Amino acid sequence: MKFLRLTLLIASKDLRSEFRTKETLNASLSFALAILVLFSFAFDPDSDMIRQIAGGLLWMVFAFSSALILNRGFAREVPNDCLDTLIASPVSGAQLFLGKTVANYVLLLLVEAVSLPVFGVFYNANWARRIGLLALVFILAAWALAVMGTMFSALTVNLRLRELMLPALLYPALVPALMAAIQLTNLLIAGDTVGKEDQIWFRLLAGFDAIFTLLGLALAETVFVG
Amino acid sequence: MAAESPAVLLEGLWKYFGSFPALRDVSFAVRPGAALALLGRNGAGKTTLLRILAGLSRPDRGKVTILGGATRSAQVRARIGLLGHGIGIYDELSALENLTFHARLQGLAEPARAAHAWLERTGLHAVRDGLAREFSRGMRQRLAVARAFLHEPSLLLLDEPFTALDDRAIAVLQGLLREALDRGATVVMSTHQLREALELATDVAMVQKGRVVHCGPRTEAMLADPALLYRTYGEPL
Repeated sequence: MKFLRLTLLIASKDLRSEFRTKETLNASLSFALAILVLFSFAFDPDSDMIRQIAGGLLWMVFAFSSALILNRGFAREVPNDCLDTLIASPVSGAQLFLGKTVANYVLLLLVEAVSLPVFGVFYNANWARRIGLLALVFILAAWALAVMGTMFSALTVNLRLRELMLPALLYPALVPALMAAIQLTNLLIAGDTVGKEDQIWFRLLAGFDAIFTLLGLALAETVFVG
Repeated sequence: MAAESPAVLLEGLWKYFGSFPALRDVSFAVRPGAALALLGRNGAGKTTLLRILAGLSRPDRGKVTILGGATRSAQVRARIGLLGHGIGIYDELSALENLTFHARLQGLAEPARAAHAWLERTGLHAVRDGLAREFSRGMRQRLAVARAFLHEPSLLLLDEPFTALDDRAIAVLQGLLREALDRGATVVMSTHQLREALELATDVAMVQKGRVVHCGPRTEAMLADPALLYRTYGEPL
């Protein structure tokens, strides 16, 4: 119970800070929407084209715009040595990691929730036909982005080139989760059912989330204190 | 009667940055209720030592015991108050939000009440809803002092606590430190402001190139001549 209380305390502090300044959320949302709009001029969005590109386009946009949010997660603690104060407090490395992940996750879901209807409008896509399963894909894949991004954000927080290092480390590591999210999003936006052979992608996403969440929790203390 | 176990016990501590030994075989003990002033030039190893005591860094060799436990134990960390080089305050939160957050982090039963009380004590209650980024340097430092003291820690670790404080804020901090010592807390502080530190200190440790070259009680002679230790160890001010 105490573990959860401190985790949520860290998450709510980060969200309060972010909603007050909105600097990361605005930047991430603007980036996502700009890319979606610009690509809509490049493609002729007929139904076949949507079937082929929807997943790739959406998850590329989410992955790139998420870097802005994920970079800020620990960078927020750099001014005034706030990270030292947190590490010296009774909060454990695992609680700090999970709290940051939850805050990043909420922000990523917000960006996805705004971007998806915009995608629907500009690409003439009826994304709501399989809304339940599509939501599940977004929930699982956003957690994969959040958990991996928070882990690498903690590793790169003290680097001068952290804005460059985070994407360079994050995207290759995210390939399995992004592949699964792209395949499932393509299917669901086209209105297809998820057959037995496609269920492997759900299992891959869930497994990815579970493994890297546990890995992050186990390694957090070492990452923060050495 | 069994001897009282030390509040801080360092045994054969070594810390390397690459191949450079920042701390070399540091051993000393601080008894509960003592105020230890860590003196030494910039780069002597005082901050590295304080970071290890605060659990922010691990030694490469040696053993650290804080309040009878390991530095990274949550129970020990809940009894430590840290005032480092950075103030540990969030610029985008108000003074009240900052202190309430830290009071919750420390598990205080009534976080809002503790935050209000410490804002009063540090003269910041009138600006409690102002964002920390709008505060003057002195006000931010007072907020940091409130943050470090609000859970009434058993061990206070202070790195250059008097830096950037005006006369009034120095008096406030000295008063709070005396009060903490009166209730039995232990204080370890590194400082270059010798007079202010020696007035409070019961013990003095001199750090030179990563070694503790002197550790013992603060004497009247030191108080009368704050630069005495520096001269004794060949580092005249």
